[in-house]
Amino acid sequence: MDFALSPNRVDFVPRTVTQPAKIVIAGAFAVGKTTFVASVSEVAPLRMEEPIIRASTTVDDLTGTPGKNTTTVGLDYGRIHLGNQLVLYLFGTPGQIRFRPLWEDLTEGALGALVLADTRDLDASHDILGLLESQNTPYAVAINLFDHAPRYPLPEIRQALALEDHTPLTECDAREYGSCLQALITLTEYLTRPAPPLEPQP
Amino acid sequence: MTGPRQDPDLIRPYVRTGGRTRPSQDVRLESLVFAATGTVQGLGPDARRVLALFTPSQGGGLAVADIAATLALPPSATRILVADLMDQGLLTAPTAAEPERPAASLMERVLDGLRALA
Ligand SMILES: Nc1nc2c(ncn2[C@@H]2O[C@H](COP(=O)(O)OP(=O)(O)OP(=O)(O)O)[C@@H](O)[C@H]2O)c(=O)[nH]1
Ligand SMILES: [Mg+2]
Repeated sequence: MDFALSPNRVDFVPRTVTQPAKIVIAGAFAVGKTTFVASVSEVAPLRMEEPIIRASTTVDDLTGTPGKNTTTVGLDYGRIHLGNQLVLYLFGTPGQIRFRPLWEDLTEGALGALVLADTRDLDASHDILGLLESQNTPYAVAINLFDHAPRYPLPEIRQALALEDHTPLTECDAREYGSCLQALITLTEYLTRPAPPLEPQP
Repeated sequence: MTGPRQDPDLIRPYVRTGGRTRPSQDVRLESLVFAATGTVQGLGPDARRVLALFTPSQGGGLAVADIAATLALPPSATRILVADLMDQGLLTAPTAAEPERPAASLMERVLDGLRALA
């Protein structure tokens, strides 16, 4: 399948850029990850599609049209130029994390993760927090303030999410550039702080 | 660990990359690549499409993710294609991929850069 590509559709980074960096925007289904990426990205967010199949599918099925065993996981991302040499990529994780290798592709080499959460379903965040902890990816949490979502004091949210004392917890509006930028700064400040002392083993 | 709600029966179909599951070099989705001068011989159709993307680049670069998104290739397969093209000297990366845990100096540079935007 060859489709004509207009050259303008591809947005090249200048030759001066020598260093990419990556932050992952994680969170449960529909917490505002794509909205967040779109708010801070300098280019319209792009979308990749990773097809996945059931291991039990026969090889013949792979070459045919996508059947009922094939699904696609969409991954969207954006970028921010930080000076002439550095470009920061923001990757939104899929809300569903049933497929671990894809999750690892996203988080491997990431500076850290910003986990978005919605006060209407805080429990939905536990899976993602557990996964980040299991692979030692440092993270901060930002509550995306939806218009009609209930508001709670941050200490209560911290408790509900079972966050460590050192984990940054903040609020944001995923639709606003300045608010998203501030949440990214909160995460990055945390990342540049010396690691917290190890807890004594019980 | 098995992880929460993992489905161990799910796999990626690697039909386009000869059944390989890992890139030959450490190539990430955010890795930047630029066109280089190598001998274009015996390339598969997908590899040719990747190189053709760079024709109007004027020295500019693309992230592996950009290649996957623009050509509608699976990101996992794109990492492998790009690693192969780097092996053949047709694409080049300005820096090696960050280790699994990036350097503290990179975090500082990102923080300075973000603060400059605020
Ligand atoms: N009121 C309000 N709506 C928001 C906000 N952030 C996102 N939305 C809306 O909520 C819906 C879901 O947002 P998305 O950005 O698509 O969420 P997502 O996390 O990418 O969703 P999945 O990728 O499906 O998991 C969209 O209709 C957004 O327009 C917010 O801060 N306030
Ligand atoms: Mg989304």
